[in-house]
Amino acid sequence: MRHIISVLVENEFGVLARVAGLFSGRGFNIESLCVAETLDPTVSAMTIATRGSEAILEQILKQLNKLINVIKVVDFRDLEHVSREMVLVKINATERNREEILRMTEIFRGRVIDVSAKTYTVEITGTEDKIKAFLTLVKPLGVKELVRTGSIAMIRGEKMIQVSEKEPKGGTDG
Amino acid sequence: MRKNGAQIFVEALKMEGVDTIFCYPGGAVLYITDALYGADVRQILVRHEQGAVHAADGYARASGRVGVALVTSGPGATNTVTGIASAYMDSVPLVVFSGQVGTMLIGNDAFQEADIVGITRPCTKHNYLVKDVRDLPRIIKEAFYIARSGRPGPVLIDIPKDVSAAMAEFKYPEKVHIRGYQPTYAGHPGQIKRAVKLILAAKKPVLYAGGGIITSEAADELLAFAEALSLPVANTLMGLGGFPGIHPQFLGMLGMHGTYAANMAVTQCDVLIAIGARFDDRATGRTDSFASHAKIIHVDIDPTSISKNIRVDVPIVGDAKNVMKKMLEAVEEEKATLREYKQGIAEWLSLLADWKKKYPLGYTKGKLLKPQYVIERIYELTKGKAIIATEVGQNQMWTAQFYKFMKPRTILTSGGLGTMGYGFPAALGAQAAHPDMLVVDIAGDGSIQMNIQELATAVQYCLPVKVVILNNGCLGMVRQWQQFFYEKRYSCSLLQCTPDFVKLAEAYGAVGYAIEDEKEVDKVLKKAFSNGRPTFIDVHVDPEECVYPMVPAGAPLDQMVLV
Repeated sequence: MRHIISVLVENEFGVLARVAGLFSGRGFNIESLCVAETLDPTVSAMTIATRGSEAILEQILKQLNKLINVIKVVDFRDLEHVSREMVLVKINATERNREEILRMTEIFRGRVIDVSAKTYTVEITGTEDKIKAFLTLVKPLGVKELVRTGSIAMIRGEKMIQVSEKEPKGGTDG
Repeated sequence: MRKNGAQIFVEALKMEGVDTIFCYPGGAVLYITDALYGADVRQILVRHEQGAVHAADGYARASGRVGVALVTSGPGATNTVTGIASAYMDSVPLVVFSGQVGTMLIGNDAFQEADIVGITRPCTKHNYLVKDVRDLPRIIKEAFYIARSGRPGPVLIDIPKDVSAAMAEFKYPEKVHIRGYQPTYAGHPGQIKRAVKLILAAKKPVLYAGGGIITSEAADELLAFAEALSLPVANTLMGLGGFPGIHPQFLGMLGMHGTYAANMAVTQCDVLIAIGARFDDRATGRTDSFASHAKIIHVDIDPTSISKNIRVDVPIVGDAKNVMKKMLEAVEEEKATLREYKQGIAEWLSLLADWKKKYPLGYTKGKLLKPQYVIERIYELTKGKAIIATEVGQNQMWTAQFYKFMKPRTILTSGGLGTMGYGFPAALGAQAAHPDMLVVDIAGDGSIQMNIQELATAVQYCLPVKVVILNNGCLGMVRQWQQFFYEKRYSCSLLQCTPDFVKLAEAYGAVGYAIEDEKEVDKVLKKAFSNGRPTFIDVHVDPEECVYPMVPAGAPLDQMVLV
């Protein structure tokens, strides 16, 4: 099962290596990973998309929490959330399919951000499903190159993922 | 007061109450060793950096304090990795200081440069590269705190040479605040209640106690808890000494070379109470048949240990000492149920007593001297009052089986990582912490050669450790597996050239004795234990002897090969 996890970490050198090393060392898989500073410049947020059984996910969450530089770990599975990913696609633009690419881009509310004699570069933002659907449709037209950001996510409504210091990490009941 | 990084290091050690460090110098730590000159911290110069870390580890396990090692950059630092990984697996609090090339040279493949922070990331609890001398006091304070709190472990601090020379105001922080690190010490009261309820409803309970008992200084609580509930107690290797080895409720060690009674008890129990143990594969055997009929209660301070290998019914994150105190209080409120419970488990206890009587640990005497006999005699002559280190392999398992550990912190053994060469330097560290105690390293002729250079350290610092070498001319545990599972094809396991350990000891200025015959054992051991000097005792034992019982790797615990 696919999970999106948000990890708040100290904004220090080496923290990404600790998190990445944890996943590789214990055989957990990372589908995508996004890291950047948050509102608080001392804190970075990592959004990690991963796959695994319940037991594996439980270990991932606990092991992440165990890292000294990790301040908070949130599994979005239990939360109403929104998630987005951005993808840049370079597509073969021939006389025959130029119109088709533009139409498709419009339907998916994307934008053409670069044009050459033989290519269109399209930007699409959306959920994983939307991006998958777009890629399936343009693939037959000839996709030359593809770059994705990986998912980022946020809780819906007024709730926020915050650095709270009072609760001991890892919970009290395992 | 303004001080350079090296002086700050020395001052910080004093603030942490460090009385001894194990060190090996080099170019990158010259400022630091200079600041140590004449300082009020005992410096023990080892002969190899691996020895420094194992010695600091032995010091920590024997004393309960944080062990400290200091090494230089590059090879000095990489040589510590095995020691650090050993300490990490066994939750031993260490702070290892390594020198690093100057900050301007980092990343340039400079002379004696190694990315030791990168290398040790997966085998330390945490580590630091100090980039600014002004951070040094805070980092040292944090490192000691992280090393000893929660589930303890090793922390490495990498100090570039220019940082050790740079000046800063020295003010040692009074408090540590790490927002990402707040270990849970108190167990959840609701879970504790559930656990006690479950135990009181049991007909076949067993307590499975690990190294967490030692770490949290909970031996008294364990004894009180086990006695109040008449619980049979099985120990892990790391838990030995946490429960008296001659107590009638003691089942012995469980696992691959565990006792019949302990292995059968955990296989057939209906409630398993695991405290400070982590369900290691050597303890559980095949996991799907481990305590498969039981409800499992697991108390551990490290949430990642819970439900990692075995699904747990009542998880309790907390410190073993605190949790057992609370559990005991809860039990005492249930006087009426307690009587009923004790009647209910009587049949189970008599079954266990039968197993213990019918299948005790044993060996058959023959023409050649048996290693088990030597360990029995060491126990009889010391009555469990010595600190016993082991190496890894048959010597380790026989020690775990035949020496009756009575008190916490009296066994030093590399349980998790299984590091050959651990015991001797660890014994030196323990001796440094306890100058008046008898410290014995039970070794094999293979593993003793992995850190034998520390004999010089023992002699230089008058650390009168006794090394009992169970000399069987081979790497016994490997040979045993080859005998059982590889058709006696003894590949790479026969030591056809072994030094004369008596002469070797003498060459270093230590004492050497040899034992060939059973009759000499007591006489020589007594002489060695009272001579006040570092001593090697080369005991020629039966090379064919195997460790029994044995559960083949991956088999269920109740499928033991008995003698």
